[in-house]
Amino acid sequence: MASPSDGKLLAGRCAFVTGSTRGIGWEIARTLAAHGASVALNGRDADAVEARAHELTKEHGGQALALPGDVADAAAVTRCYQTVFKTWKRLDVLVNNAGILEDALLGMITPELVDRVLGVNTKGAILHLQGAARLMTRAKAGSIINLSSIIGTMGNEGQAVYGASKAALLGLTRSAAKELAPVGIRVNAIAPGYIETDMIKHLPAEVHALRLSQIGMGRIGTPADIANVALFLASDLSAYVTGQVLGVDGGMRI
Amino acid sequence: MSEAEAKLRAAFSESLGLPADTQYESLTYRGIKQWDSVAHMQLVAAIEAAFDLMLETEDVIGMSSYGKAQEIVRKHGVAL
Repeated sequence: MASPSDGKLLAGRCAFVTGSTRGIGWEIARTLAAHGASVALNGRDADAVEARAHELTKEHGGQALALPGDVADAAAVTRCYQTVFKTWKRLDVLVNNAGILEDALLGMITPELVDRVLGVNTKGAILHLQGAARLMTRAKAGSIINLSSIIGTMGNEGQAVYGASKAALLGLTRSAAKELAPVGIRVNAIAPGYIETDMIKHLPAEVHALRLSQIGMGRIGTPADIANVALFLASDLSAYVTGQVLGVDGGMRI
Repeated sequence: MSEAEAKLRAAFSESLGLPADTQYESLTYRGIKQWDSVAHMQLVAAIEAAFDLMLETEDVIGMSSYGKAQEIVRKHGVAL
């Protein structure tokens, strides 16, 4: 554990952040690394993952591990944890961040869209949680953080599939928290609101304005707003917190 | 008994809380009250730690007896 004097909450810890080449995932990876963690990065674009790992090492020193792969591919997930095991022999933090957003109104939802969205957002999170829990069980300690969404907690029109995929993570979080508490592993979820990332860049101006009007604090969230909460949940500051869903949305109501 | 075999038995003994006179070859998953689903994951962790390996999900699911556990660790290159 970090001493209070060095101010690094995750000194000596090893963390794995899925979907971490950009947006919220990248910001979480940088924040955990800044607080002393060795971080494994992941994404489907192997070159981008390597580049980010290099960038992280340059920025913070320490050891950044590149673990490219599709989170919905069970064999690729297994390979990730074999590599983590071979390299670090341990894992202290998993952030299940990888996700895709595909909107479709009811009546226009194809089975392929359901498979894609639930494959990455839900199946991917379950596979990674299982792999991480196996490594964490050895140390009888660990923190797993699932990135849900305000769409998963409150729902939104046009986002039935995305909402279902993110609501599933709430059940995953609460069930896994109960199962893993006896072995000292905490499982929590973050439900971000409207956050400034590539995912929302395509939104029309009027939709952007509507979203802003729904936020009590009157501003869009930043990836850093989410990363700071992830840091809290990853660290011993939240040592007695498990099975919880933290809304990080500036008081947004849809 | 080889050193590796003794390590495997110790993993079973410690994670399942087995008595000294246990007949290891006859142990099966859920065949004794100590070897339930929760203890199974502890057993897996103990075997992994003992032999410094990481089992695959299929191994975890398929490890239904002491004999299966022997097969699985052999598959990972451990000479029992």
